[in-house]
Amino acid sequence: MEFSDWIGDARNIVFLVISLVMVAASIYLVTSRNVVHAVLMLVVALTGSAALFLMLGAEFVAWTVVLVNIGAIVVLFLFGIMITRAPTGRDPVELDHARRWPAALVALGTFVTIATVTTLAFEDAEIAEGIVRTESLGDVLFSRFVIPFEAVSFVLLSALIGGIVLARKDAGKDESE
Amino acid sequence: MIVNQFLVLAALLFSLGIYGVLVRRNAVLVLLSVELMLAAVNINLVAFGSYIQDSLASGQVFALFVITVAAAEVGIGLAIVILIFRNRASANVDELDLMRW
Repeated sequence: MEFSDWIGDARNIVFLVISLVMVAASIYLVTSRNVVHAVLMLVVALTGSAALFLMLGAEFVAWTVVLVNIGAIVVLFLFGIMITRAPTGRDPVELDHARRWPAALVALGTFVTIATVTTLAFEDAEIAEGIVRTESLGDVLFSRFVIPFEAVSFVLLSALIGGIVLARKDAGKDESE
Repeated sequence: MIVNQFLVLAALLFSLGIYGVLVRRNAVLVLLSVELMLAAVNINLVAFGSYIQDSLASGQVFALFVITVAAAEVGIGLAIVILIFRNRASANVDELDLMRW
């Protein structure tokens, strides 16, 4: 497919804008010297992914990303930063390792490998139109996928209990006193 | 829209996440980069689900599972980071050399 044909579709222009914003936010996320700015850039990247889910017709997943990831997980990250370092803002100590080039090489190799394989496998395969409504997703989730759904609920419950046990102050001192 | 544009974008975000995991010293920032990698995987899953158009919507269901497990992972991970910070007054991963041989 020629690039002029590809860019002629208005949806692809929207995709291009969203993806450029996401990539810029991600680059700032992994290079920023300011911890709080990095978390806020994660908000931008996740909002872009929610917009892509809407473009792909996955409305329930998009709003779940907004609610769970942007609403809850980012707040959790901000709490973690504020607990583990009192002065938020620019960090006096170095946030990165000194050896950046091996890591950049590994990341570049991963990208080139995955992009080459997917480009060879799905050259110009079009995405079919179609919106998966929340109703049909809920039907599938509570009929065919009900066992994994319950298993995931147990995972969440054990994570909740484990988080409380780990982060509680003076864990284990109650028995000795 | 072709399916490959989503896959290449997800590959780019995933490799940026790998770079962040490898290069960051602060444990909270490492978890942040892991979160970016999980977002890239979600884009892949939803794009494939939209590509094959199955009646079970497996791609979106698995994306929901990934989001749930990511939430659990962040909760436990930050609890461990807080515990380490309380014991050693540092959240840098390269200072955790207690088990180094």
